[in-house]
Amino acid sequence: MKEYRTITKIAGPLVFVEKTEPIAYGELVNIVLSDGSTKRGQVLDTSDELVVVQIFETTTGIGRDSGVRFTGETIKMPVGREMLGRILSGSGKPIDGGPEIVPEKRLDITGAAINPYARGMPADFIQTGISTIDGTNTLVRGQKLPIFSGAGLPHNKVALQIARQAKVPGSTESFAVVFAAMGITKEEANYFMQDFERTGALERAVVFLNLADDPAVERIITPRLALTTAEYLAFELGMHVLVILTDMTNYCEALRQIGAAREEVPGRRGYPGYMYTDLACIYERAGMIKGQKGSVTQIPILTMPGDDITHPIPDLTGYITEGQIVVNRDLHRKGIYPPINVLPSLSRLMNLGIGKGHTREDHKKVSDQMYAGYAEGNDLRGLVAIVGKDALSERDRLLLEFADIFENRFVRQGYDEDRTIEDTLNLGWDLLSTLPVEQLTRIDRELINKYHPKFRTGAKKE
Amino acid sequence: MEVKDKKAKEQKQGVLKRIAGPVVTAVNLDAHMYDVVKVGKEALMGEVIKIQGDSVIIQVYEDTSGIRPGEPVENTGLSLAVELGPGLLTNIYDGIQRPLAVLVDKMGNFIQRGVSAPGLSHEKKWTFKPLVKSGDKVEPGAILGEVQETNIVHKVMLPPNVKAGIVKTIRNGNFTVDETICILDDGREYPMIQRWPVRVPRPVREKKNPTIPLITGQRILDGLFPIAKGGTAAIPGPFGSGKTVTQQQLAKWSDAEIVVYIGCGERGNEMTEVLTEFPHLEDPKSGKPLMERTVLIANTSNMPVAAREASVYTGITIAEYFRDMGYDVSLMADSTSRWAEAMREISSRLEEMPGEEGYPAYLAARLSEFYERAGLVETLNGASGSVSVIGAVSPPGGDFSEPVTQNTLRIVKVFWALDAKLSQRRHFPAINWLNSYSLYLEALNDYYDKEVSPEWNKLRSWAMEILQKEAELQEIVQLVGSDALPESEQVTIEVARMIREIFLQQNAYDAVDTFCDMTKQYDMMKAIKLFAELAYAAQIAGVSPAQINGVKAKNELPQIKFIKDYKPELAKIEKQMDTEFNTMRSAA
Repeated sequence: MKEYRTITKIAGPLVFVEKTEPIAYGELVNIVLSDGSTKRGQVLDTSDELVVVQIFETTTGIGRDSGVRFTGETIKMPVGREMLGRILSGSGKPIDGGPEIVPEKRLDITGAAINPYARGMPADFIQTGISTIDGTNTLVRGQKLPIFSGAGLPHNKVALQIARQAKVPGSTESFAVVFAAMGITKEEANYFMQDFERTGALERAVVFLNLADDPAVERIITPRLALTTAEYLAFELGMHVLVILTDMTNYCEALRQIGAAREEVPGRRGYPGYMYTDLACIYERAGMIKGQKGSVTQIPILTMPGDDITHPIPDLTGYITEGQIVVNRDLHRKGIYPPINVLPSLSRLMNLGIGKGHTREDHKKVSDQMYAGYAEGNDLRGLVAIVGKDALSERDRLLLEFADIFENRFVRQGYDEDRTIEDTLNLGWDLLSTLPVEQLTRIDRELINKYHPKFRTGAKKE
Repeated sequence: MEVKDKKAKEQKQGVLKRIAGPVVTAVNLDAHMYDVVKVGKEALMGEVIKIQGDSVIIQVYEDTSGIRPGEPVENTGLSLAVELGPGLLTNIYDGIQRPLAVLVDKMGNFIQRGVSAPGLSHEKKWTFKPLVKSGDKVEPGAILGEVQETNIVHKVMLPPNVKAGIVKTIRNGNFTVDETICILDDGREYPMIQRWPVRVPRPVREKKNPTIPLITGQRILDGLFPIAKGGTAAIPGPFGSGKTVTQQQLAKWSDAEIVVYIGCGERGNEMTEVLTEFPHLEDPKSGKPLMERTVLIANTSNMPVAAREASVYTGITIAEYFRDMGYDVSLMADSTSRWAEAMREISSRLEEMPGEEGYPAYLAARLSEFYERAGLVETLNGASGSVSVIGAVSPPGGDFSEPVTQNTLRIVKVFWALDAKLSQRRHFPAINWLNSYSLYLEALNDYYDKEVSPEWNKLRSWAMEILQKEAELQEIVQLVGSDALPESEQVTIEVARMIREIFLQQNAYDAVDTFCDMTKQYDMMKAIKLFAELAYAAQIAGVSPAQINGVKAKNELPQIKFIKDYKPELAKIEKQMDTEFNTMRSAA
């Protein structure tokens, strides 16, 4: 392999190389330092005169005397069944002291788009055991449902609870967890690892760790490595894979850093104009394929800077993902775990995975009715602050109470509490029965007669 | 002679100089703007978007990883065009009219590159029935004959950009799209297929003002903010406010004869939902699968960005083609913001001077050019056809002041403002009745008078008035509570709640409620009005608001939505309402 010593400029994570042979766009590059160590990078821009290489690690030690080797191929990831139970670095090297991974296949990490025509329709209900997800923002296999959180909120705890409890009721198919950490602290990483070990989840997990002190640019490839692994497990080995990506905010910061180093015209808040497409190329790598067994379900986690949901990162994410679970600071302050605010939360694929044959026929309507009640009750809190409880009509007073019990009984649950969907829906009915029946306008009579505690067969007549 | 040929070949073949993502530069290439070129050894499809001295800048519709400087570039000399002819309906295309089903056959479940696939099947034979005979004079755009494509009759036309002539031979029988079906006196031969460059609007004889509503079966749209056939509408809204569901409802239920649905930079799973659901849905009018009248274009967000830019043009060209046959076409673009972002991304790769928020300065011009391709027209063959365009806009952070929303609003006539607050309380469709508007109301008045009821226009104004009044009253209620309002206004609040919860809320997932025809809309609104009249009268007679709110018949009214043959039930409720009020009044 030819080694060039024609570096002309090094700026941030970028290295500019001159007078090369024709170099392919996207090619993997090894930079050889004077001490013999190598660093990896990728071609971002190539022409006859100049090749721009983005380095995945720090550029510390790279000088004009460093050698540049173009490998002639795009970045590939060795994958294999043995990866389950392993801990890898953010660039895919084992860091658990175990042996190198013997690859069964080498796959391109960019991953091709699934042909929309070949996609299978997600319809398998995943029971996470968390009422605010199962009941009102249902997750289905093949969905990408991010957790929008803020600094200092227990999003990691929620993600772990989901990873631990997620199952498709009645199914025994093999499943796996792929966990990719980007720029999280060692402490947070330990928290995840300990929980994985405590619950025995590590055996069926592949962990990628890019920690806060690892090179920021490496974060660009970490989620891609994780998803390539997930796709291999899902579509070649037929497993159902849950991918947790945390924290996507750090990923986007890395993207901005590279954009700035390339002196690109910045978009909103300095993030590159192609961030939507870039994020889409990550998030869209979830789904199922018609006639095949496996699936990739994604739970990306991101912390909203300043809890601002209109910030470009949560905003663009929300436009790509199929809904969002919003972790809320007020609920957290009230001491409610999991502090999921159902009002701005949404699962777009919910309707595909619930109802008769999936969960229960009353699911959708119970959920809608609770939403409506909670939303209205929540609004009334503002009014009460001004006029006091006494000025409320009977109807409003009941709604106000509904909002409180909704938070305390439906939202609040234990870290290890695994509620079945029946429990969740019955709990919903219990709460709704505190409102007058006439007020349940979103539920038809038939269902009320069947499920409402007052009318349920065997229930006491009042 | 040979030398000349060689020279022509040389000019058509250039060399790649630089590759930076989806934008590449070639040299020594003789090219014109928007020529389609084949890039690299794998012959990836691209389009010329800038010419600078000897350099030709090309946007590539496929992933460019692994392409090197020095690889060849070939100019086809043609602009980006779509194939038009029998076989379009029921098809699912990517942004550059490659049928996705064919791509699955050719390269498996994932989209690889360098595979070309024609938009129409060139093998399939269609039964062509001529409608002209030899000796007839035919003008450009004239209908030569027809093919029963699905339950839709496909009219085969003379292309609009050719010279008129006299039919010498016209054939009858089974043909592929490439076989000649018509020969004119000057010897020119025409097959059923025609190719049309996507960036050029197809010509029409005259553009007319729309007068007929596009009935969508959605109460808030048909009832309060209708769009006309040939009109333009925008649905802006933050994520999660139900844009896509609304678009899909329109694609399913609008009474257009042909539907073109463009999934531009949207979610893969959502497209799958459309692809899986549509073939099972029935057209409420014909009873045939909705898919038979539909063309889908799916260029999801992770498919190449340049093809996303093209997808909108591909869609509208297909829509215009069916319009030229005399059909009413509705086109849904979900979402035009993704299209605008594709423009921005390519513009920034070209290092163009950015306009507002990094969007190119020509954003407004491109948007208005696109929406202007909608309209009710007299086609070249004298028929009347229309293209209605409904564009979804996804404003970042739900902020309507951003450039795509603002430039769109300057052009479109109907604005359906989606509201995240409404969707949070599960009020669907989450269209804000105070911010939305339709500029077609006046033009459509005659239609409603004749086809629905002479009462309808008054009824609609009444409902809007109540809703407006409610908004004002709510401000007071927020401060002092509803008990502080005068009793008549407490009734107004109740009536407004009924309009919102009974009329405006509609369940897209309920088998009956998902589509509501104009008669039912009228009957429902009339029932609410009846309640209002009885309630106001009762209040004057001294009945308290609490009693009025307790009327049992009122609570039955929402159930009407879910009943197909609702008339007997509604009559019963109205009667009960009357009785209850009478009893209350005589007691008061």
